[in-house]
Amino acid sequence: MALNRKIAIIDLTTGKIDIKPIPLDIRKKFIGGRGLDAYLLYNHTKKGCDPLGPDNTLMVSGGILTATLASATSRCHVMAKSPLGGMLGSANGGGFFTPELAWAGFHHLVFKGKAEKPVYVYVHNGKIEIRDAKNIWGKSVTDTQWAIREELQDEDVKSLVIGPAGEKMVRMANVMTGIKNSAGRTGMGAVMGSKNLKAIAARGTMDIKIAHPKEALEFNKRFIDQITSAKVNQTQGTLGTPFIWGATNSWGGIRTRNFQYNQMLYADEIEPEAIDENCLETMGPYHMAGCFGCQVHCRAKYKIATGPYAGTYDEGPEYTSQGGLSSEPDIPSLENLLVCNHLVDQWGVDNLEIGSVISWAFELYELGILTKKETDGLELKWGDAEVFQEVLRRVCFREGWLGNTLAEGGVIASEIIGKNSFDYLIQVKGVSNLHSDERATPGLALNIATASRGSDHLRSRPAIDLYHLPVDVLRKIYSSPVPYDGPLSSEHTEYIGKPWQVFWHENCYMGVDCLGICKYHTTFLGATLPNFEDWSKVLYYNTGLEMSPKDIWDVAERSNMMERLFNLREGLTRNDLKKGDMLNHRYFDEPTRRGAVDAVGKVIDREKFTKMVDEFYQYKGLDENGVPKPETLKRLGLEKEPSHLL
Amino acid sequence: MEPMGKVLAINPEKCTGCRLCELVCSVYHDGVSNAARSRIKIIKWESEGRYIPTSCQQCQDAPCKIVCPVKAISRDEKLSRVMVDHNKCIGCRSCVAVCPFGAMGFNVIDHKNFKCDLCDGDPQCVRFCDMKAVDYVDADRMNLPKKRAAAERITAAQREAAALMSESH
Repeated sequence: MALNRKIAIIDLTTGKIDIKPIPLDIRKKFIGGRGLDAYLLYNHTKKGCDPLGPDNTLMVSGGILTATLASATSRCHVMAKSPLGGMLGSANGGGFFTPELAWAGFHHLVFKGKAEKPVYVYVHNGKIEIRDAKNIWGKSVTDTQWAIREELQDEDVKSLVIGPAGEKMVRMANVMTGIKNSAGRTGMGAVMGSKNLKAIAARGTMDIKIAHPKEALEFNKRFIDQITSAKVNQTQGTLGTPFIWGATNSWGGIRTRNFQYNQMLYADEIEPEAIDENCLETMGPYHMAGCFGCQVHCRAKYKIATGPYAGTYDEGPEYTSQGGLSSEPDIPSLENLLVCNHLVDQWGVDNLEIGSVISWAFELYELGILTKKETDGLELKWGDAEVFQEVLRRVCFREGWLGNTLAEGGVIASEIIGKNSFDYLIQVKGVSNLHSDERATPGLALNIATASRGSDHLRSRPAIDLYHLPVDVLRKIYSSPVPYDGPLSSEHTEYIGKPWQVFWHENCYMGVDCLGICKYHTTFLGATLPNFEDWSKVLYYNTGLEMSPKDIWDVAERSNMMERLFNLREGLTRNDLKKGDMLNHRYFDEPTRRGAVDAVGKVIDREKFTKMVDEFYQYKGLDENGVPKPETLKRLGLEKEPSHLL
Repeated sequence: MEPMGKVLAINPEKCTGCRLCELVCSVYHDGVSNAARSRIKIIKWESEGRYIPTSCQQCQDAPCKIVCPVKAISRDEKLSRVMVDHNKCIGCRSCVAVCPFGAMGFNVIDHKNFKCDLCDGDPQCVRFCDMKAVDYVDADRMNLPKKRAAAERITAAQREAAALMSESH
């Protein structure tokens, strides 16, 4: 059964591997996936450890429902202290790796220490082997995976790997599996690289007993109908995540030229329809790929049609590639987007982070803070695809002063560059914002300011806020599984009601991350999609574990607090611009210049923002400094952390 | 003779490679999640984005049936399928070796062969595939989509020819 999947603590320094069961009381407290990883991170790292040193601990996990009949249970969670901001590092990716890991007997892998030379770890039917990686070190993301299959003589092996960027400890390097699936954010690939861990390979044929197979099948069918009947998923399943590009851009929510504009001109050039028209179509009318057991299938398959990369196959480009690789550097070129999307996939680097940091450098060049001396002769001009690709390469391979500096991530780079370069860096907790511009959407701004892994939408974004749903519909969503009778507003430019929505989504997204389900299968982009009520059932049918919707909510709240405890230990203070729940001054001082009537001329009101954070803290049980009150820790059963139970 | 039953019609073009069919197959038949137990398997060329569902073709002259030394394999004409009688099966795996489609599996946990039984007429892979990359259709209708696609090409050519004719006049 899913509950008997084990945890392995692998010490790469000594080669010692400790395999143990996950006690049921720990399961009930943290369920699995990201929640349990947060517990492990807090318990297995010491305050102030070097993120790229042997004392950092790296967690790789599936959710409790991984590989069971819960649909879209492919999510892989990777956690460690982040080398970007020294705060919580946490990334989540899809694909086929974690089901294979679960069939091989494991849900959680914990990596400690540092291997003497490059290694990869092979997990196979209950056994774990540390193997020499000399034949795969230096290879690209996909070549690494195919080489491992070749070496192990098994085409069904699924691997989670780093590319050249991770090997070189580029701080925004990601962890990948397949062609496109990435645990992208917070530089987890650099942590793997720092441990000399090139890959984790899994292959398993062990049964996962389903507690109530008939009910699980029937419920899953209902679940799928609910998911495929949502218009948002039907559109996404045809066009991929770029389906929201046009609407968001025309309305004015797309960061352009770093943070100078909130709308990209000539954005039609990179619309999914343009991708369809221009790419070499070798896949027929159906061109989408899905992760394990998923009916949303949001990854588009494409072959580049023109230029030096003509004929190259890749997947995406997803919405965040459009932003980080097109709008932020203001390059409305389809070929550039497709090529850069391919390069980040091959070299293993987070598209959001690298696009954002390079665009920041472009702005610094425009301002004269960076000159040709620092850029090693490059002219960093908006819209120049050739230069952008060259900088991308230099960062991924740490070439020259500019490449090496930007490879340190925005915050460290700003300390190296000096002057007032930091003022222009759009980040929270050391992590760059995705390409969305939140100046007209206070709820979304609160989300990125308070998100545990830094400026990111997948922690607590009330994305459905943009749909202007009637208040009674919002009330229905947001007053379950815990009651809420405070104010709610259908207006996305409003401040009222947003703190509760952000708090609710924070718990909702933690819920899916513990279960191992994709966010496209919950209340993220679609208001009618499953959440707590359905999870309670799906958890019971598949694992036999009886947890009420409120129980799952409590686990989510507890796990979020665990992440907060980690961040507090690493120095989180409320208004700190590098480590706090605070936005760059530009959100408050520079009005938006483009977009729809309700998006133009907007800034975030500092006073109202402060009030939102206050209210959000109240819901979380934090004092005005963002520190949990003793009664909150007691209520969540965290007063004795670190408790070292696992 | 009664008309032949329905067959699995696989349309690889539609497959997104999600492998939900593998999951539901193993849960339905064995009550467990284990792709290694699935009767259907998606063969992939990941670096080209090509995914091909493969399963038993329920052959008329089934090589597995012919090769079986103890006559454990027979055809069930009612559901148009090839079945294994595990009371007779001696586990020699001759059927596994001879199947031209690799559709006969052998399970190392139970030490038994296994193959698609069309879920007694309600194939779960079809039921759960939202793209209908795997469909369940009457055998004589299986080629209809291809006929239509071919006909469409011809009509397109005809229309083009007609347009050219009218232009030249």
